[in-house]
Amino acid sequence: MLRPWRNVAIIGVLLVLAIAVPRLGLPAFYVSLLTQTWIYGILAMSLDLLVGFTGLVSFMQAAFFGIGAYVVAIAATRYHFVDFWPTLVVAILLAAITAAAFGALALRAEDAGFIIITLALNEIVWGLAYQWVSMSGGDNGITGFLRVNVGPFHTTDNAGFYYLSLAALVVCLTLLVLMVRSPFGLVLVGTRERPRRMAALGYNVWLFRYLALIIAAMFAAVAGVLFAYYNEFVGPGSLSLDTTTQVLIMVILGGTGTLIGPLLGAGILVFLSNALSDITQRWVLILGAIYVVTVMYAPDGIVGLVKRLAARAQSRRELSLAASAPVTAASNPTRGPE
Amino acid sequence: MTVAALHDPDSTAETCLQLTGISKRFGSLHVLDDVDLSVRHGERRGIIGPNGAGKTTLFNVIAGELQPSSGKVHLYGREITRMPPHARARLGLARTFQTTTLLPGLTVVENLVLSLQALTPTRFQCFVPRTRYRAFREEALRLLAQVQLDHCADWLVRALGHGEQRQVEILMALAQRPKLLLLDEPTAGLSAADAVLVTDMLRAYHRDVAMVLIEHDLSVVFNVVERITVLHYGRVVAEETVEGIHDNPVVQEIYLGGKL
Amino acid sequence: MGNAFYLQNVLGGLAHGSLLFLIAAGFTLIFGLMRIINLAQTAFYLLGAYVGLSLGLHGVDFWVAGVAGGVAATVVGLAIYGIFLHRYHANPLTALLLSLGFALIIDDGSLAIWGGDPQSISPPRMFAESIHFGNLVFPEYWLALIVVSTVIAAGLLVFQQRTKFGAIIRAAVDDEEMTRGLGIDVNRAFYFVFALGAFLAGLGGYLGGPITSAYPGLDGELLPLAFAIVIIGGMGSLQGAFIASMIIGLVNTFGRALFPELSYFTIFLPVAIIMAVRPQGLFGRKV
Repeated sequence: MLRPWRNVAIIGVLLVLAIAVPRLGLPAFYVSLLTQTWIYGILAMSLDLLVGFTGLVSFMQAAFFGIGAYVVAIAATRYHFVDFWPTLVVAILLAAITAAAFGALALRAEDAGFIIITLALNEIVWGLAYQWVSMSGGDNGITGFLRVNVGPFHTTDNAGFYYLSLAALVVCLTLLVLMVRSPFGLVLVGTRERPRRMAALGYNVWLFRYLALIIAAMFAAVAGVLFAYYNEFVGPGSLSLDTTTQVLIMVILGGTGTLIGPLLGAGILVFLSNALSDITQRWVLILGAIYVVTVMYAPDGIVGLVKRLAARAQSRRELSLAASAPVTAASNPTRGPE
Repeated sequence: MTVAALHDPDSTAETCLQLTGISKRFGSLHVLDDVDLSVRHGERRGIIGPNGAGKTTLFNVIAGELQPSSGKVHLYGREITRMPPHARARLGLARTFQTTTLLPGLTVVENLVLSLQALTPTRFQCFVPRTRYRAFREEALRLLAQVQLDHCADWLVRALGHGEQRQVEILMALAQRPKLLLLDEPTAGLSAADAVLVTDMLRAYHRDVAMVLIEHDLSVVFNVVERITVLHYGRVVAEETVEGIHDNPVVQEIYLGGKL
Repeated sequence: MGNAFYLQNVLGGLAHGSLLFLIAAGFTLIFGLMRIINLAQTAFYLLGAYVGLSLGLHGVDFWVAGVAGGVAATVVGLAIYGIFLHRYHANPLTALLLSLGFALIIDDGSLAIWGGDPQSISPPRMFAESIHFGNLVFPEYWLALIVVSTVIAAGLLVFQQRTKFGAIIRAAVDDEEMTRGLGIDVNRAFYFVFALGAFLAGLGGYLGGPITSAYPGLDGELLPLAFAIVIIGGMGSLQGAFIASMIIGLVNTFGRALFPELSYFTIFLPVAIIMAVRPQGLFGRKV
C-alpha cells in the first residue's frame, strides 16, 4: 500500500514552493519556463492517461491541443468573443466531439494500425490548420488577441498567468489522479494488460478505450487554451508532428503510467531545450539522443528509475535487517506486499 | 461414491447451453463439424478428445471470440451466436483461459474487484477512489477465504504460486456469479497437489452454476463432471455419463485402443 | 477545366504517387516482416535527397547520385538497425519509439550539414524538357519517374514471389517461429529488409527531388502520407502500397488543384472510407 500521508506532504511542500516561485525574485524568464511546464504538463498527463494507463499509444493529442488553442484565437479574432469560461467550454466540447469521431475511426484497428491512424488523423488536422488560410491564418497563424483576466488572476502580468496555469495544473492533476484511482481507472489498466480477459469479465473494452480517448482530448484542449493565451499567438506548429513527438518524449522521459512523471518530463523538456538552445543549435539532436538513451536504458522514465533505486535500497535494507535478526518461520522478504 | 451419485442433476432442469449444428471452417480446414451440444442448468460436463479435436475452438465459439461458420448458440433459450464476449458475460457466461490471464501488475484483490465490479455501474465511476468501495473488497476477501488465500489479498499476483494463481482465476470467474462457467484446461501445467486444490474447488461449487470443462487429465474430468462429450476431428463422437464412457468402444479406440 | 487539366493532374498525381511508393514500399516491407513502424523512413528519404544533391552539385550523374543517396540511407539505416533496433525484435513498440528518436537525430543532423534553405533538385538532363501535347504541358521527368517506380515495384514483386529469399521473407511474415524452426536464418532477412527499405527511401529522395525538393521538415510532411498509404493499401502488402501510393498521389494533386485550402484534408476521405469499410486496407490481411 502506498503511504498516502507521505505523498500528500510531499505534494504540499512542492505546491508551496511552486506558489512561492514568482515571489523569489527570479528573472521573469524562469517564471515563464515554469508556466510553460504547467501547460505542457497538462498535455503530457493527458497523453499519459492514454499511453500509460489505457495502453493506447496515441499520436493525435497535439490535434486536440491545437483545437483548444485555435478555438481561443478564432473566437477572439473572428467572432470578437473573449469571455474565458465559455471559450474554454467550447474548446473542450469541440475537442471531445473531434475525439469522438477520430476515436471511432482509430479504434477500428489494433496496436500498430491504431498508432498509424492517429498519426494520420493528427496530420490531417495539422493540414487543415496549415492550409485553411481563411480560417486559421495558415502558416502565419493568428495573432491579435490578448490574455483575459480570469477570476482572481491578472493574466496580463507574468506572475498572474503563472498562477492561472498552476491552478489549472492542480485541478487537472487532481482530476486525473482521482480518475486513475477510481474503479474506471482500474478498468483502463485492465484493458491495457489483458483486454481478452476483461471482455470475458463483461467489460466493453472498446467503450472504455473510446471514453479514455475523449477524456484525454478534453484535458489536451484545456492545455491548448492556456497555450493560446500564454503566447497570444496560435500557429499550425502547435498541432504539428513536432508537438506530438515532444509530448511523447515528455511522457517517456518522465515515466509512463505515473502522471507525475510526464509533468516532470514536461519540465525537463522545457528547461532542457531552452538551456540547450542557448549553447548549441543542435539541441534537437541532443534531445533525440537523450530520448533514445532513455527508451533503451530507463524505459520507465525518471520516475521509474527513482522507484527502482528506492526499491533496491529498501530491499537491501531489509536483507541486512534480516541477516542480523533471528530467523522466523513467517518472514519471507521475497514474497509479500508491494 | 462418484460425483454423479452425489449430485444427481435434475433431468427436468432447463437447458442452459445449446449448440446446434456448429461448424467452423478455416479455409478448407473443418475444425468443428456439425457439433450439437446441450448442457442443462447446473450440469457438470466434460469435453475431452485428442489434441486438435477442436475443443478450444468450441470454447471460443461458445464464449464469442470466434464466429461459427454455421450453426447457432443459445444460452437459456436466447440466441447469442453473434454476440461479442462481453455481452455474453452479462448474460451469465464466464470462462477461464488455458494460460493464466490474471492482471500481472495488480494485486489479488484488485483482480477480484475487477471481476466483481464488471457488471455494475461502478465500473464507470471516475471520481471516487476505489478504496471507498469497501463492499467489493470484502466480497473479494470472502471469496479468497474460501480457498484459504485471504492472506495473499494484497500481494501482487506475480507473488503467488502457479496453483494459487489458477485458483484466483477460477475465483474471478465465479465472482461474476455466472450461470455457465467454461474452464479451459484448469489444471494444465499444475503440480499434482495444485491440481487437487483446483479440483476440490470445482467440486465444491454451487449447484446453480453449470460447468463445461476441457481437460486432458482424465482423472480430473472424472472427478468433477457427470457427463462427458468426446470430440474427435471436430465432431462429437460420443456423449456419455462418466461410467458409460469407460465402456464406449469408439472412445476406447480413440484413446489408443486401451481401457480408460 | 478541360481535358488538359485532368490529364495534367493525373500525370502529376501518378508521378507524386511514384515517389511516394518508394517510401511506402520500404515502410510496408519493414512493418510486414518485423512489425516495426519505422518513423525514420521519411528521414531516410530526406537524407538520400541531400546526399544525392551534394553529389549532383559536384557533377555526378543523376542516376548514380540517386543510388548513392540510397546507399547513404542504407548505411545509416543498417547502423540504426544493427546497433539499436534489432534488440527490440520482441518489442515493436519500443522499436517505434526509438525510430522516432533517430528520425529527430537524422533530421537535425541533416539541418546541420545542409542548412535550412530549401534546395531544388534538377531532373537529369535526358529528361529535363517538357512535353507539349496540345494544351497539355508537363515535365518529361514525370513519365520517367512513373516508369522507374513501376519497374522497381515489379522487380520487388518478382523478388518477393519468385525468389528463394523472397519466399523466406514471406514465410517469416506468415509464421516467424516456424520459419526459424526450419533452420532458416530469419535475422538475415530482417537486416536485408530494413536495408532495402532504407535504400528505397533514400533513392526515392533523390529521384523524387525534382518534384518535392529537399528542405528541413519535408520528412515530417511526407510521413503522414506514407501512413495514409499503408492504411489504405494494407500493411505489409507491396501491391497495396503501389496502388495506394497512386491513389494518394492523385488525391493529393487533385486536392491541391481543386481545393487548395483543404487538400491535406482530402487525403482524409479515402483513409476514412477504408477505415470505416475495410480496416485492414485494400490488400491487408484480416487481423
